[in-house]
Amino acid sequence: MTPPPAAGGEPGSHPIDPEELVSSAVDRLETITTVAALDEAQTDLVGKRSELARAHQGLVSLEPDERPEVGRRLNEARRRIESLIGDRRRELEGGERAARLQADRLDLTEVIAPPLRGRLHIVERTRDELEDVFIGMGFAVAEGPEAETDWYNFEALHMPPAHPARGMWDTLYLDLGGPETVMLRTHTSPVQIRLMEAQGPPIYAVMPGKCYRRDTPDARHIPTFHQIEGLVVDRGISFADLAGTIETFTTAYFGPDIHSRLRPSYFPFTEPSAEYEVTCTICKGNGCRTCSHTGWIELGGCGMVDPAVFAAVGIDAEEWTGFAFGFGIDRCAQMRHEIPDMRVFFDNDVRVLRQI
Amino acid sequence: MRVPLSWLRDFAPFPGDPAELATTLDDLGLVVEEIVPVGEGLGDVVLARVVEIGSIPGADRIRRVVVEAGGEPVEVVCGAWNFHEGDIVPFAPVGSVLPGGFEISRLKKKGVVSNGMLCSGRELGLSEDHEGILVMHSAPDPGGAERGPVPDGMVPGTPLVDALGIGPDTVFDIAVEANRPDAWCVAGIARDLAASLHLPFSLPEPAQPPTDPDAPVASLATVEVLDEDLCPRFTARVLLDVMVAPSPDWIARRLTLAGMRPINNVVDASNYAMLDLGQPTHPYDLDLVAVHGLRVRSARPGEIVTTLDGVDRAMGERSVGIGDDRRDCVICDADDVPIGIGGVMGGVTSEISASTTRVLLEAAYFTPMAIARTSKRLNLRSEASARFERGCDPEGIDRAVLRLCELLGATAGDRYRSAQGVIDVSGTVPTPTRVRVRPARINTVLGSDLTDDQVIGYLEPLGFVCERESTSVLDVTVPTFRPDTAREIDVIEEVARHHGYANLPRRRPFSPQVGRLTRYQRERRLVREVVAGAGAHEAWTPSLLGPDAHRRVGMENGIRVTNPLTPEESVLRQSLLPGMLGVLVFNADRRQGEMRLFEVGHVFPLPGPERVSRALARSGETVIAEREVLGVALAREGDDARSAAALCQVLIEAFRIEDVELVAGGSDDVPGSGSAPPGMHPTRSARLVLAGRDRHARRSVGVVGEVDPDVLVDFGLDGERRRVGWLEMEIDVLLTQAPRHSPLLAPVSKFPSSDVDLAFVVDESVTAAALRKTIRHAAGTLLESLALFDVYRGVGLPAGTRSLAYRLRLCAMDRTLTDEEVAETRALCIAAVEKAHGAQLRS
Repeated sequence: MTPPPAAGGEPGSHPIDPEELVSSAVDRLETITTVAALDEAQTDLVGKRSELARAHQGLVSLEPDERPEVGRRLNEARRRIESLIGDRRRELEGGERAARLQADRLDLTEVIAPPLRGRLHIVERTRDELEDVFIGMGFAVAEGPEAETDWYNFEALHMPPAHPARGMWDTLYLDLGGPETVMLRTHTSPVQIRLMEAQGPPIYAVMPGKCYRRDTPDARHIPTFHQIEGLVVDRGISFADLAGTIETFTTAYFGPDIHSRLRPSYFPFTEPSAEYEVTCTICKGNGCRTCSHTGWIELGGCGMVDPAVFAAVGIDAEEWTGFAFGFGIDRCAQMRHEIPDMRVFFDNDVRVLRQI
Repeated sequence: MRVPLSWLRDFAPFPGDPAELATTLDDLGLVVEEIVPVGEGLGDVVLARVVEIGSIPGADRIRRVVVEAGGEPVEVVCGAWNFHEGDIVPFAPVGSVLPGGFEISRLKKKGVVSNGMLCSGRELGLSEDHEGILVMHSAPDPGGAERGPVPDGMVPGTPLVDALGIGPDTVFDIAVEANRPDAWCVAGIARDLAASLHLPFSLPEPAQPPTDPDAPVASLATVEVLDEDLCPRFTARVLLDVMVAPSPDWIARRLTLAGMRPINNVVDASNYAMLDLGQPTHPYDLDLVAVHGLRVRSARPGEIVTTLDGVDRAMGERSVGIGDDRRDCVICDADDVPIGIGGVMGGVTSEISASTTRVLLEAAYFTPMAIARTSKRLNLRSEASARFERGCDPEGIDRAVLRLCELLGATAGDRYRSAQGVIDVSGTVPTPTRVRVRPARINTVLGSDLTDDQVIGYLEPLGFVCERESTSVLDVTVPTFRPDTAREIDVIEEVARHHGYANLPRRRPFSPQVGRLTRYQRERRLVREVVAGAGAHEAWTPSLLGPDAHRRVGMENGIRVTNPLTPEESVLRQSLLPGMLGVLVFNADRRQGEMRLFEVGHVFPLPGPERVSRALARSGETVIAEREVLGVALAREGDDARSAAALCQVLIEAFRIEDVELVAGGSDDVPGSGSAPPGMHPTRSARLVLAGRDRHARRSVGVVGEVDPDVLVDFGLDGERRRVGWLEMEIDVLLTQAPRHSPLLAPVSKFPSSDVDLAFVVDESVTAAALRKTIRHAAGTLLESLALFDVYRGVGLPAGTRSLAYRLRLCAMDRTLTDEEVAETRALCIAAVEKAHGAQLRS
């Protein structure tokens, strides 16, 4: 068997064996350890001045009938060498990346950084959530001053001077005007009056804010506290609308298992007046220590706006009716987060502030 | 009010389940705060006769007592000393369980076996008395050989409950609302409860007392009412030959259950009649009332009355609110010497005593508001004042007096009788009110569908008389014991209460508006989010500070509270700084040093007197121009004025606010800001100034920088070492009044930009902000952005100067800038800065 004709080359040069090119390429590639060396080898093996390239150029010097066969073998050799280079390149690049990444390793749990984000106060967040529930029910949010005159805090709310019902709130008076004429508001109800004075009905609004009472603090009462009050004034508003609104709010805020009930009570500015209770959130109404085994927890007060209040702000009580309700924001937060003692709010201990 | 169930049954046949009755009372708005079972657990307690009392060797507080309780004598050890041999006492044998679950067991004390217990009133749940054993019957000759006969029903071995004629009872502790004077007595509660349960209610008619026709009352006493405004009706009766003695057991027991202490038959009968029917009365010892006469008048300012409790009280001393004319009603003797405060409390001088024989009995109607004012003025509340200030029934006076006389009859002796007639000085008193009620209006207000008959069915059992005025109007006559019901709406409430709130329908109103926050309210939430995003926790510091708090941070004191609970909460804050520093101190004391805190809250600047006058004249203005401010304390490691300024910048950019400048202290650029902001570091702080149209409209809306190191030292916050950044801004003004960048979208250039870096050496007195303004102006419209990227002080620069390096990025909308254009802008900027600020380009 005759050896296959040698591949072409420069006239007069030694014939080149394509298989030999491949095996010498294999030997060469095995010695290479860096991508840079591989680049060099690639030029040597398949570049313009490589033996392989010269062999291709030498094809023209072959007999025409030999050319196809030799050309095919050269192409085959080139394909194999290029494939070997590609494999080797992937191998080397992978190794180098791995080494680089290894050097770059970081334990993310060793990061030293202060807490990047502060927390909003639990009472303020509760206020936001309560506002949002009522906003969803089509209410606006109204606000007013914390220092009020007798008119707004008492008189316009159907409590003339020395009215015994004023005793329901222990008032902190300010050293302004005559004695006991300016005070820190004892409830958010003055905002109702301001709202009705400033804008006519219809009104659908809630009024959150800080209130003050001259009370000695205990686990459930603090002298500075937050209340949210609601006021609806429109044609044809009835006690049924009040009860329905309270129930809608209750299930929306506390969840579908929590319901509301109203019981007769007394407030000078509403008539009929009611006390507003919700299913005990601890025992879900089964009875526990928190609710004194009644299954209900008192949340606030409500009622139909007293015609005397409408008279004080110049709204015709025959044409318009309305209801109002109010309850403690802090109390909601206390119930929802099971805060045993409200006095914890005074300290602003950062261990508490960052907790909830 | 504490109401025994047995007492309620005087008026209607109430069934026995106390829990169900309590629920009904709750649903009527007569909220039962506690259900107290009494007289239970007494089944095992029997009467015993004390046979022998002996000492125990080595014990000086307890004694050995032998009692006989219907069987063999038994030995007990007892620590009480108030009884004698022969006395009849309650005895709980071993194994019995007393009220409250206390089980009696056999004990051995100092070697003596105790086979049971002799009981006090409190141990039996019968009274509050725990001074000694409840002695049921005292032997006539204590300790003597003579043993008198034992009265009927006091035979040893008799069960205690039989001897006392008591069965188990229940006391409801009911919170009566301020508008329900009628329910401040047992009869009133019974009336409401009976109506709700459809039970017949009846008010027993008291018997007439024996009367002495030879002793007309007018010959024994006189009454003069000088101020009918304060006291529209005053009645007096004289009771003769009254024997002052203890009340019968059943009266004493009822008073005890209702929470009142039995005193003597006269005082007890007065108290009983009040609890029974709601009308306070006042008995005087007639012989201790000078000239046997009473004068009712308004007190002279400063006049002193010594009340029953032994306290000297000055009348008319202070006003208790708008419209108060400081008139207090006093009852004087005929010599015009005050001997009691009308409707509030009697005096010591004419008190009923053991030697009293003639009683002058006052029963009056006082003007509720006058009593309310007097009670508040004197800070003196009594059972009487609580009832009078809510409104007693002027028509109920006679019944209550007769009831008192009837009760007294049982113990006041054989010769007890009433003088002939009653002194009755009547002016204008409330009469039954007629109210026009439209049934249709009831249903409008309640959202209900009640028929006229239902409405009448609810009202008539309450004592309201309903007549049909027309097909659409009921004419309702409201009795005088219901002063709370004077208007149609009041009647509607009665209908709702008796229909039951739970039985009214529920529906949801449709709000015609879209519910949403105002822009300010939305942005205020965003302020809190942004600041929390900078690592600050939201705190809640007190609005009321101590008297010293403002001075400690160099501020003028705030508005004072006239009646603070404690001095530490007596002044309204003018800034959030003092409170927040207090929080830092609190936490530092607990080894919590590193933190950022913030708060959004009101501060209360001092108002001018004109503003207060206007507000009180109902201008609609607020009394104080309260500001809503954000305060941020930056007290983490490394925090300083820079951190505060950076956060300030973040907020200004977050809300795209324009025309806000930081003005350092000492600048006369802002009216009234000659020095550094109070409490702030004099050279590391600035005012936040909202630029106005002209110089006078410029307004400070906050401060930014560091807390004065001396203040930190004063608060014990390590002023030497530590810096605390502080930012306080009036967000209400800033967010509603500061101009904002245009909300319109500006297109960005498609052409490449060129950067120019310029460093200037400038005097320390020139602010970076001023330089920035000059560059911005000089570079004109080609300036895409401008950033301060380096500040250098030190080697190579003259003292009192620093180098500020800015990077200008230039770009045009319609072309690539040529080198020439860039160079020209650069030159313009350099020239402008050099000219305006005496700065030098740093080469």
